[in-house]
Amino acid sequence: MSGPKAIILSDDETRRALTRIAHEIIERNKGADRLALIGIHTRGIPLATRLAAKLSELEGVDVPTGMLDITLYRDDLSEVAHQPIIRETQVPFDISQRRVVLVDDVLYTGRTVRAALDALIDLGRPAGIQLAVLVDRGHRELPIRADYVGKNLPTAASEVVKVKLQETDGGVDSVELWDLADLKAELR
Amino acid sequence: MSAPAPRPRHLLDFQDWSPDRLTAMLDNADTMLQVLDRPVKKVPALQGLTVCNAFFENSTRTRTSFELAARRMSADVLTFAAGSSSVSKGESLRDTVEVLTAYKVDAYIVRHHAAGAAHLVARYSGKPVINAGDGRRAHPTQALLDAYTVRQEFGSLEGKRVAIIGDIRHSRVARSNAELLPKLGAEVVLCGPATLLPADLAALPGVTLTSDPKEAVRGAHAVMALRLQKERMNGGFLGSLQEYADVYQVNERLLAEAESGAIVLHPGPMNRDLEISGEAADGPRSRILQQVENGQAIRMSVLYHLLVGRD
Repeated sequence: MSGPKAIILSDDETRRALTRIAHEIIERNKGADRLALIGIHTRGIPLATRLAAKLSELEGVDVPTGMLDITLYRDDLSEVAHQPIIRETQVPFDISQRRVVLVDDVLYTGRTVRAALDALIDLGRPAGIQLAVLVDRGHRELPIRADYVGKNLPTAASEVVKVKLQETDGGVDSVELWDLADLKAELR
Repeated sequence: MSAPAPRPRHLLDFQDWSPDRLTAMLDNADTMLQVLDRPVKKVPALQGLTVCNAFFENSTRTRTSFELAARRMSADVLTFAAGSSSVSKGESLRDTVEVLTAYKVDAYIVRHHAAGAAHLVARYSGKPVINAGDGRRAHPTQALLDAYTVRQEFGSLEGKRVAIIGDIRHSRVARSNAELLPKLGAEVVLCGPATLLPADLAALPGVTLTSDPKEAVRGAHAVMALRLQKERMNGGFLGSLQEYADVYQVNERLLAEAESGAIVLHPGPMNRDLEISGEAADGPRSRILQQVENGQAIRMSVLYHLLVGRD
């Protein structure tokens, strides 16, 4: 059984990357007032929660967090072969006049983020939207870039970036790089 | 392990729908209800698709509800009312559907006075069809919104008793509920005068019949009054409307027999003070307006389930 080609981020490295992102968010926004963190399903949600805890620890401010499901905003719904499961969107605060940091695990084509921007703007009129991702793997199909990146990772289209987080996958945090064929074999 | 059965292409009745798929449809209505609560009550899920609202029979709330549901999902909506169409010149259902299909319609919502009409539209159009009521046979989205309203109140349908009281014979709502609710774990009691209570419905699993309204309501978590279709009451079904109201009206006196937290439902439109008292319709137990709101969310969910994905 072949495993991942490389471990891109270990448990400690993931933690450090998030700590650095938290500092960058504070620096860019001159503190954490009027900020909100919104995680994109699935792994963006625990990442947003962790960043909020880190911001609270560093700045002594409670930053509200929410979760966003972008299923109904996907641009390929008429083409998908299966029916995507709709998950919960929960933003229990008014995003108007707040600077919202969207949080996701991997930035790839940019289509998920495009859908998230549409979904977010339907919820209100934030003062600004920023994007934080744990990994930017390239291959953008839309003019979208992240404001905060844990790890820039040049990849081939035949590769898969697999993020594992304690909250969603159990065990320890890690970011692995796989060949698509090996990952399919692993999942069989 | 065998692959799951393919997703049904139409919602004509509940025959092809598994409890899991029905539950998923109710679950997704939660999300649709959230969408309806937002400042922007619209999502782009069905952008680029055209939905035809083909109503060959009068309807206010179902037609409006479907039209809004489709628009909330960003579909283009073509509303077709038979009264102002070539149907009134004698055009057949088949010809009408073939003409509409030539306009690149992607899905049909069909209301018709003849049972089975929605099946015919499915056959002639080759497109997904949602039955919005065909004759006395079925009205699946009404049953789904009824089920959703009960589930919303009690958290689950499992073990819940739903009493449906009135003109069962002519009611597609009663038939669809009798088919759907037991699939989701509820028990259904159909109640009406013997002349309006077809015995064959007792063969449905989870369904019992009675002509005694007190017996029907005893232990019920939800009590649904059906519209008495006065236009159909000239066949000797009833002694008089007053006699019917005296025995079968859903009112506070009858509701005293139900569970303490029981809710009152009505598919609309209502004959106030005939099948339901004003007090029951407007009282704290009433969820009639909630049903209307839920109807839009359920229909959004149905459209999503039929028009998104190709599994």
